[in-house]
Amino acid sequence: MIKALKALALLGALILGAPLSAQDTATGSPADTVTPGPIQSLLQEHAADIAKPSRRTIQPVIDALSGSGLPGMQQVLQTWEAREMYQRESDGWFFAGEKGPDRTIILTDFDSGEELEPVPSDAVDILRPNSGVRGLIASALVRFQLQDENPTLRQDALTAISRNPDPSHIAPLRESIEGEPDPAMKAQKERLLTLLTISFGEDEAARIAAIESVAGDLNVDTRGTLNPLVATTRRLAEGEVPEGANVARTLRPGTEELPREEAYDLVAAEADLPARIDPADRRNVLQANIEGGAVGGVPLAELNTIEARERAYAALVEAGAVPPAPTEAEIDAALARFTFYEEYSEPSPAVTEAANKALRAIDTKVGLNTTLDLGLDALSLASIYFLAAIGLAITFGVMGVINMAHGEFIMMGAYTGYVVQQMIPNHTVSIIVAIPLAFAVTFAAGVAMERLVIRWLYNRPLETLLATFGISIALQQLAKNIFGTQARPLTAPGWLDGQWQINEIVGISMIRVAIFVLAIVFLLFFLFLMKKTRLGLETRAVTQNPRMAASMGINPGRVNMLTFGLGSGIAGIAGVAIGLYAKVTSELGTDYIVQSFMTVVVGGVGNIWGTLLGAGMIGSLQKGIEWLNPSNTLAAQTYMIIFIIIFIQFRPRGIIALKGRAAGD
Amino acid sequence: MSTLLEVNGISVTFDGYKAIRNLSFNIGEAELRAIIGPNGAGKTTFMDIVTGKTKPDEGKVIWGEMSRNLVGMNEARIAQAGIGRKFQKPTVFEDQSVRENLTMALQNKRGWSSVLFWKPSKADQNRVVELAAEIGLADELERTSGELSHGQKQWLEIGMLLAQEPRLLLVDEPAAGMTLAEREHTTDILKEAAKTRAVVVVEHDMEFVRRLECKVTVLHEGSVLAEGSLDHVTSNPEVIEVYLGR
Amino acid sequence: MKNRSFIARNPSILVFLACLGIFTLAVTIASEGFGLGLISTSFVKTLGKTLCLCLVAVAMDLIWGYCGILSLGHFAFFGLGGYMIGMWLMYERTRLIVTESMAAQEIPPTPQEVVDAIGTQIFGVVGSSEFPLIWSFAHSLTVQLILVVAVPGLLALVFGWLAFRSRVAGVYLSILTQAMTLALALYLFQNDSGLRGNNGLSGLQNLPGVTASQDVVSIWFLWASALALALGYLLSAWVVSGKFGSVIRGIRDNEARVRFLGYSVETYKLAMFTLTACIAGIAGALYYPQAGIINPAEIAPIASIYLAVWVAIGGRGRLYGAVIGAALVSLVSTYFTGGQAPDIPLGFYTISWVDWWTVLLGLTFVLVTLFAPKGIGGLFDLVAQRAAPDRHGADYGPDKGAKREEEGQ
Repeated sequence: MIKALKALALLGALILGAPLSAQDTATGSPADTVTPGPIQSLLQEHAADIAKPSRRTIQPVIDALSGSGLPGMQQVLQTWEAREMYQRESDGWFFAGEKGPDRTIILTDFDSGEELEPVPSDAVDILRPNSGVRGLIASALVRFQLQDENPTLRQDALTAISRNPDPSHIAPLRESIEGEPDPAMKAQKERLLTLLTISFGEDEAARIAAIESVAGDLNVDTRGTLNPLVATTRRLAEGEVPEGANVARTLRPGTEELPREEAYDLVAAEADLPARIDPADRRNVLQANIEGGAVGGVPLAELNTIEARERAYAALVEAGAVPPAPTEAEIDAALARFTFYEEYSEPSPAVTEAANKALRAIDTKVGLNTTLDLGLDALSLASIYFLAAIGLAITFGVMGVINMAHGEFIMMGAYTGYVVQQMIPNHTVSIIVAIPLAFAVTFAAGVAMERLVIRWLYNRPLETLLATFGISIALQQLAKNIFGTQARPLTAPGWLDGQWQINEIVGISMIRVAIFVLAIVFLLFFLFLMKKTRLGLETRAVTQNPRMAASMGINPGRVNMLTFGLGSGIAGIAGVAIGLYAKVTSELGTDYIVQSFMTVVVGGVGNIWGTLLGAGMIGSLQKGIEWLNPSNTLAAQTYMIIFIIIFIQFRPRGIIALKGRAAGD
Repeated sequence: MSTLLEVNGISVTFDGYKAIRNLSFNIGEAELRAIIGPNGAGKTTFMDIVTGKTKPDEGKVIWGEMSRNLVGMNEARIAQAGIGRKFQKPTVFEDQSVRENLTMALQNKRGWSSVLFWKPSKADQNRVVELAAEIGLADELERTSGELSHGQKQWLEIGMLLAQEPRLLLVDEPAAGMTLAEREHTTDILKEAAKTRAVVVVEHDMEFVRRLECKVTVLHEGSVLAEGSLDHVTSNPEVIEVYLGR
Repeated sequence: MKNRSFIARNPSILVFLACLGIFTLAVTIASEGFGLGLISTSFVKTLGKTLCLCLVAVAMDLIWGYCGILSLGHFAFFGLGGYMIGMWLMYERTRLIVTESMAAQEIPPTPQEVVDAIGTQIFGVVGSSEFPLIWSFAHSLTVQLILVVAVPGLLALVFGWLAFRSRVAGVYLSILTQAMTLALALYLFQNDSGLRGNNGLSGLQNLPGVTASQDVVSIWFLWASALALALGYLLSAWVVSGKFGSVIRGIRDNEARVRFLGYSVETYKLAMFTLTACIAGIAGALYYPQAGIINPAEIAPIASIYLAVWVAIGGRGRLYGAVIGAALVSLVSTYFTGGQAPDIPLGFYTISWVDWWTVLLGLTFVLVTLFAPKGIGGLFDLVAQRAAPDRHGADYGPDKGAKREEEGQ
């Protein structure tokens, strides 16, 4: 509180300074009339050291200044560090100054903040502290910033330190922790101090303790601090590894870590041996030394083997035309003389060992979290497959009708979403409208298809497959004709943007969370529909025994129609969901159709839990394979399909199989 | 009379329902046997097990002099071993002629390469004609079998079984849907066949079974209820209970 | 009727071969390379390619129409055959070019340098210069020709063994073959698959060491394709004519019955699957040198479904039906999608065939499946005046792939 008042007073003084100094100029030089203020007095106490500072002696002076607690002292130090402090020759007083017109200097008094009349530049001496001294001043300034009342300034100082860490920051940082009022920032300061200690601490035990304290910390800057400690340089030594070197490991030439050529290059540089020549260079050298149809006596026509070229090159060396190159034997001999090793740049083995251990702990934790992240990814992929497949689970799984146009129903749903969005600009509203509309559109399409085509082909699944494929290509081309070939965006509402970040590694986009929720909603809806409604009961009855169902007064035609429409309608909703994160194209459906069938087949036909498991298995499998080979998602799909083909070997009826006669051999 | 097929302690469960429980009986060589029983007694399942279509949960099916266990062998191997099966519904290859149907069933090598390069020998052709005569289809050899009447299809199927020259013939309800005259013909064919091989007939129709004049096994709830001549088993009170209701 | 040769029993074979011969002769006479120049070289190539498509359609008919297995993978075998011959064509041609350009240098190249240069030429587009292992035999025409048959055959053998062994049948098998095709296509799309990723193999129309113009080469390929089709047709007709044909048709209509007759259904299916895959491979090996380029998009599952479409439109279960279907649909498709067909102005909208042909094809296909399951081949029955017996809605067998009542003769 008091500090704040003082700062306010200082500020007031600065603002009022201009008119005051105008008055002063009228009354003559203030130096003659004003006694030195507290700052000036303190500066004068150390005048000699300030005027001619040396790195070795200045520290007590800086400490005295910065420890004085005088409100304007930060300003003084900043001025000094910025080489803007002047000493008046007449009385040795110190001022802040800046160049005025006509080779004059405008001085400002530190205590009052008043601007003095311009003085000629030869009346003052500018102070030019060297960089060492300036560094010391700067870290003293850091201390000020770290203890500033303004939290933003403190935060800036912390950011600056973490961005550009330096040993000199340790002391001010440590001092500032005690008085830190904000607990969050205090924690931040403590963390930063730990990291600084790890990097620059002088006491080995303290460093090791600091290193151990961060083991398992997932933050990137922790790893950024630890990694330089275990960074190595490749070195070589004649004979044994020198005493006292902090060796990470020794290398053998000719291994993957140290190819033979590279090793020899190192040796050649160290021991001043002739450089190796690679085949392409040798060829060029030979090319440059052709004389009368031969090189070094070897006729050109014979130079089509490596051996002949080596001979020719040797001849050239003998003639002194080209620099010698080592033979293989020479290379071997040279390599045998040396030991190759990687040395830590950090000299203390205890520290490197602790750092390695901490990094391993972090790696383990990172691994666990990556697995968790992968699990989330797999879960969201599984929900997408589940969404795409649930309609099929109804039409194919329950009714036994194979619908190759299912993918196109998904596409129709996505395009419905797109069209709605063109008409209703508000994304939230448009999605809310699009979902039932997509259902209605694809439901109608499904019913039409069932009435016109599929019902004539019951019990002929292969023909159904082909007929619906005909519909599929027709629909796809139709979509191309209407919407063009370029991808259409289906934009998610704002509240679905962004990530749900759990920690540094684990995160999942909100859209995927929404899709996951949608998948669960569908699962519940399906279960409710099949187990609790009349339609579900009738569907099950018709599926199991159409004749019996018909004789009990159920109209199988109507039930089939509705069930098929329902499966198609769900595909439409899935289309909206998929369109939100994938681009809407006419080929959207084809990307999902095979996976959807796989999901149903792997899961076990006629069982929604099987579909769920199938989607889960395929989703996690694909993510798992992608993780093993992250650069190549195509390969992941290939291997996944191969895996499924093999899986079918062992469970031909899927994960959840209906047993016995009901399975219909 | 030596035993050809020995069914030993077989049980099968479908989704908790015990279709066959600890079923055991023997069939001798050149024996005609009728198996009767109410619906769900496990007659068809028993055939499925013997022919390899269904794998039993436990038990053995011992076959022939070598006493091979048929459980675990696939359908084709079992058929090659000498067990023929006639289905309840006539199942012939309706797209193909009577001759093609019979030729396919002839006792020849079954491997794909020998079939590919197979040329009918004189004996093969004679055998086809002979079989056709036996089943009363001598004039229909070149007709597509899909055009035959129901009864003719049944005979064709029996003819195909005979062409296989099996040592055991499993016949599932051969008389279903036949006219009286056709039934008599069928009985004759079966009795004739049983002179040289074992024939097991599964049948509902007591009248038809009576005409077969053979040993009868009554199945009930997946196990043997009674065995003996038809008169013997029909006088068994348990059998009467099962058949005439409780 | 006894032991007559199978050709005598199937007069349609002779008719077919005669038609094929006349067609080939007519095209040759009308071509630019050998004859009057009435038919452009590019159209000769189209016709040659069509013959290859007919051959693969015959293979498809064999496996689907006769054996009841709706395979959605036979175009993958077709593509593999193309890749196998393409590897040799590309390697050999690049080798000739590289050797020629290196001969100009003063220092003769070492064998390794030649190989490296070829590798850079071929795999530069995918950022590599090393020869992948699968190119080990690319220098040998003989080996690659064997691989044309062996690679699709082996893939079919392994896949079929896995699938048939576990009694996957009907729609499941179709989906599984489709998955196999998709897996293969996706694999080939990768740059490190060793077959140049989505660039595919190109320049295949240039036969290494052949200086004859494309006008002439196109005729050679036409002959080769016609010969292959004739032989493939003969082989297929022979396979389906005898007892073997009886068995596989039996498998189509009633697999279980065949099994109880003592035939190992799996072995027969496997034999058919492999045989047809080999035929498809040969067809592909003849097709792609005429097309000039092969890339993984050719193998995409949709191509295999189109193959089934051709066979269905032509009429499955009769070999000439497959040929007619493939020839007709692919030629008409080429006509409409090639932009040659005139647009139809409706005043408010202009129907462009490039856009609308696929829609029409899709719907035609639905109509054929629904109303004309015999396909175009059914027209021949009208000529032969064969009446189908009324089967009261029953198909020829209980299996999913069984002959339909409507297909009956």
